[in-house]
Amino acid sequence: MDTQDNKQLAGAKIDVINQYTGEKWYYSDIVKEHFFKPRNILLDAPVDGEYDATGMVGSPACGDMMNMWIKVDRDTGRIKDLKWKTFGCGSAIAATSMYSVMLTENNGLTVDEALKIKPQHIMVRLGGLPNRKIHCSVLADKAFQKTANDYYRNTGQNEKIVVEGARVIDDRLNITDKDIEEAVLEGAQTLEEVQKKLKVGVGLSEEAITDIEQLIRFYAEKYYG
Amino acid sequence: MDHAAATPLDSRVFSAMTPYLTAEFGNAGSLYREGRRTKDAVDTARTTIADILGAHADEIIFTSGGTEGDTMALAGVARAYADKGRHIISTTIEHHAVLHTLDALKKEGFEITLVPVGQDGIVDPKEIERALRADTILVSVMYANNEIGTIQPIAEIGKIVRKYRATKTDLSSGPFFHTDACQAAGYLDLNVIKLNTDMLVLNGSKIYGPKGSGVLYLRRGTRMRPIIFGGAQEGKRRAGTENVAGIVGLATALQIANDEREKESARLEDLRHYFISRLTREIHRTVLNGDPTRRLPNNINVSILDIEGEATLLYLDAHGIACSTGSACTSESLDPSHVILALGRPYEYAHASIRFTIGRSTTRDEIDKVMEVLPEVVKTLRRISPITVSEDATGMSHPEAFAGEGLRVKATSKNYK
Repeated sequence: MDTQDNKQLAGAKIDVINQYTGEKWYYSDIVKEHFFKPRNILLDAPVDGEYDATGMVGSPACGDMMNMWIKVDRDTGRIKDLKWKTFGCGSAIAATSMYSVMLTENNGLTVDEALKIKPQHIMVRLGGLPNRKIHCSVLADKAFQKTANDYYRNTGQNEKIVVEGARVIDDRLNITDKDIEEAVLEGAQTLEEVQKKLKVGVGLSEEAITDIEQLIRFYAEKYYG
Repeated sequence: MDHAAATPLDSRVFSAMTPYLTAEFGNAGSLYREGRRTKDAVDTARTTIADILGAHADEIIFTSGGTEGDTMALAGVARAYADKGRHIISTTIEHHAVLHTLDALKKEGFEITLVPVGQDGIVDPKEIERALRADTILVSVMYANNEIGTIQPIAEIGKIVRKYRATKTDLSSGPFFHTDACQAAGYLDLNVIKLNTDMLVLNGSKIYGPKGSGVLYLRRGTRMRPIIFGGAQEGKRRAGTENVAGIVGLATALQIANDEREKESARLEDLRHYFISRLTREIHRTVLNGDPTRRLPNNINVSILDIEGEATLLYLDAHGIACSTGSACTSESLDPSHVILALGRPYEYAHASIRFTIGRSTTRDEIDKVMEVLPEVVKTLRRISPITVSEDATGMSHPEAFAGEGLRVKATSKNYK
């Protein structure tokens, strides 16, 4: 009887058994709640200008992708609305759902405050994630960093743009080599196309232009050569 | 619906094993009566299996399962012939038991050629023929793939390898031909004469037999260095006290699988056809991975585009439906399925792949139940997804999302002229 009870108890708690490692994963009730009923999903394609900023990132670790959109109150600087979509696993869905709640609850955080929310804070609110799945939640804050950068660029607060691990090409507009790489991956092939995508070009120094042209050639060769 | 991962133990197999887990505990190596009785049981099992494979009893080596059999065949034979040559040929879609053994052999100085498969998931025997060299000692091609179920032309490849071997002046220099038949057992003909193989690996856990049991068939005249050292069991090729219950269980399971093979295969083939046609008809943008007919009767592997496999799996699990996925999220290494990528598909295909493997207990009702639930799950998850992958995609849909992350693939941006 005891054994049977234990078995049932253990059986009820295990949510996933890894097909290769046999590792058992347990998801908290909060994780399940957010996984099965994710909050703040973008349901309809946004019309131009509906959101103040957007960002899309991919995870090099597992290949998940995430897209995020925000509306910011111009007077208070607070996030009025945050919507997202993901091509990602259960943990990524639950973590991003919780993250979207954390940024918008109680009248919303300012963009600057929101940038201080780290994966470990999401984890606490979720009641933990299996060890191997923690990296899934990193995508939410990465997507937001990119969205925030877009917001700062759109509102002329270029000095606030943060791009990790990248080299700044134009320090006035905070354009980095990562931005050039992204523009090329989006299909830009010439200096003009890259400038159009990044809204740069006016007043750029000769030096920066040479630098950008070189980067365009480098990334075009890398990805399409 | 995950029979390719594990099958339940057949009650007839369990009954056959029970005495050797209880009263008959003798060591098959002991000379007194108890030992002799268990030795008889092992011998009978060996003959049963040899008969089914069309082999001699001394060509059967009992192992602890498929992984050990593959490792033993590849590492054991490669090391035995290292002085004759150091080149080994295999394919890009092999099980990790083969691929990782080959990785280890590479570190020992062997040179590995992995032949690609077509988009249908089947290797072209001519590609194997082209890869053969004077110093090739081993060729390893799986009989049927564990993820997408595609059946490889083993007999034909075996013939090519044998023909090539016959042209050599030193006939004992190989190449020898190994096939991992773990997924094929129970569905395909295992006769090693017809298949022209020198080594063939089977295990119990895929054929309603016990886990931890397996067989390596090693053709007479093929030398092998042991990978496990100790006593003189299994003709000094695999040391360790015999797992008598496992061996008896494996032989019983293989006998049953072989007896029921044709009837059960025909039944599952009908169900497979029914399932695949419903999946592709009722869930748009669902692509079958692997050839539609040259595949195991029990294997259904589809990529449901734009949604991630682990999420699908968890939603299905909540409805009591078990399946598996090639998504990176559930894999050991966080790498997406190497098999789906080997079909020339982008990683989003692998990430979105779902495998159902049906078996003896599967009925049409169960498939109907999946089809009641799955379309809704797909609808929900597609609403969450930011991507739309093209059905004939060979490149990633949004490479720009990975900027600065050291992306190692070539991009195929729609906008790039």
